[in-house]
Amino acid sequence: MESTIVKSINYNAYFGDNHVVKDVNMDIPRNHVIAVMGPSGCGKTTFLRGINRMHELIPGATAKGQIMLNNEDVMEMHPIFVRLKIGMVFQRPNPFPNLSIYDNVIAGYKLNGIKLPKAEKDRIVEHSLTRVALWKEVKDSLTKKGSFLSGGQQQRLCIARAVAMEPEVLLFDEPTSALDPISTSTVEELFHELKKNYTLIIVTHNMQQAARVSDRTAFFYMGELVEYDITKNMFTNPKDTRTQNYITGRFS
Amino acid sequence: MTQLENEIRDIKLEVLSMWNLVESQLRKTRSAILNFDRDLAREVVLKEKRVNAFELKLDRDCENIFALYCPVAVDLRFLLAVLKINNNLERIGDIAEGIAKYIIEALSDFDHDSFMGTDLLKMFDDAISIVADTRLAFEKEDTILARSIFKRDEVLDRINANAINKLADCIRADTGIVNDALYVLSIIRKLERVGDQSKNMAEEVIFFVEAKVLKHAEGNPANE
Repeated sequence: MESTIVKSINYNAYFGDNHVVKDVNMDIPRNHVIAVMGPSGCGKTTFLRGINRMHELIPGATAKGQIMLNNEDVMEMHPIFVRLKIGMVFQRPNPFPNLSIYDNVIAGYKLNGIKLPKAEKDRIVEHSLTRVALWKEVKDSLTKKGSFLSGGQQQRLCIARAVAMEPEVLLFDEPTSALDPISTSTVEELFHELKKNYTLIIVTHNMQQAARVSDRTAFFYMGELVEYDITKNMFTNPKDTRTQNYITGRFS
Repeated sequence: MTQLENEIRDIKLEVLSMWNLVESQLRKTRSAILNFDRDLAREVVLKEKRVNAFELKLDRDCENIFALYCPVAVDLRFLLAVLKINNNLERIGDIAEGIAKYIIEALSDFDHDSFMGTDLLKMFDDAISIVADTRLAFEKEDTILARSIFKRDEVLDRINANAINKLADCIRADTGIVNDALYVLSIIRKLERVGDQSKNMAEEVIFFVEAKVLKHAEGNPANE
C-alpha cells in the first residue's frame, strides 16, 4: 500500500497582497513521480518552493496552511533540516563553477560544516554519481571543474549534489528546459531510476514530459489546484474542462 | 483555432466524405440487386478503389498528427476512434463490393421470391439507414443516437437468423432456385456484418465523446 510522504493541507502562499497559491490540498505518495503543470503565473513554482520552505526566503512572501513531511509540519522544523530532507534542482544547471566535480557532489556537507573521513566522502561521491548515471562518464576526471561538463552532465551533477545529502524528496523546477533533447531524455530516464529511492516532484511546462515521466499529474490554474490525478487518466480523460483546454492547447 | 484543431476538423471532413462514399456504394448495390443492373454493380466494384484510397489517406493523416502534435485527451480519443471507424468503413466498402460481384457473377437474375421472402430489401434499407445514422451521430457527436444503433443492429441479426429457414422453404418449393438462394443467403450474411460494423463505429463515437469503452461490455451496451 502506498504511503503519503508529503501532504499539503489548505496551503496558501502570498507575495505581499498577491494571493498566488490558493488552498492547495494534495497527498504525494512515496516513491512516485509527480508532475506539476500549468500556465505561467499559475503558482506551480511557488507551491514547489513552499514544500522545502524556499518561498519564505523572498522578501514579502508569506504562507498559510501546512506542508507535512512524514506527518510533521515543515514549518515546525529547522529550515536547514527541511532542505536536507527535501532537495531541489533548478531550471539551469548550477554547479559551483570553481569547485571540482568531486567537491560539487559533497558541497552540501562542506557548506553545512559536516566533516567526513576521506573514505566516506569517496563513497558518497561514487554512490551519488552512480545514482545519476554519471559515474562512468566522470570517474577519471573528478578533479576537473564542474563547469567542464556538458549541460546535461552538469544537470545530472546538480542532481547528484542533491542526492548526496540522502534526501527523501527531490524537487525539480523545470529541470530540462535548458537542455537539448538527448540530455533531456537522459535526465528523464534518470527520473525512473531515482523514484526507486526518492519521491520526485517536478514542475514542468513540457506536457509530454509530464506524460512520459510522472505517475501523477497536478494541474494548477490561477493559484488553484484544478485537478490532480493519475497521469494516464489526466492525459486521456481529464475531468475538468480547464485541464482539457490546457493540455489540448485550447487555452485562451 | 489552433493548428491541431484545424487538422482535426479536416480529418472529420475527410471521414464524412468517406462515409458518404460508402453509403452511396451501399445504395448503388441495393439498386443493382433490385434491377439486376450489372453495369451499376461494375461501377460499385470500380469505386471500391476510392474507398481504399480514403482509408490509406486517413491512416497517413492520423499518423502525421500523432507524430507532429502529440494529441491528448479528447483529441487523442477522436483520432483513435477515427482510425477504427476508418477500418470499419473500409470493411463496409468491401461488403458492397462483394455483393456487387455476386450480381456480376450470377448467371441470371435472382429469383424474385427468394429474396423478397427473406426481407433482403428491408435488410438493405435498414443497413443503409443504420450506416447513415451512425454517420450523423459521429458528425453531431450525438451519443444518444449512437446508442440507438445497438438496438437497430439486432433487427438485422434477426432477419439473418430467420433467413435460412425462409430460404430452405423456397428451395423445397422450387429446387431450381438453389443457386439464387445461396447468393441471397451470402448477401444477407454480408448485410448482417454491416450492422456489426456500424455498431462498432457507434461504440467509437461514444468512446471519443464520453471516454467510455463499451466494447465487449456485458449485457446491453446501450444502457452503459
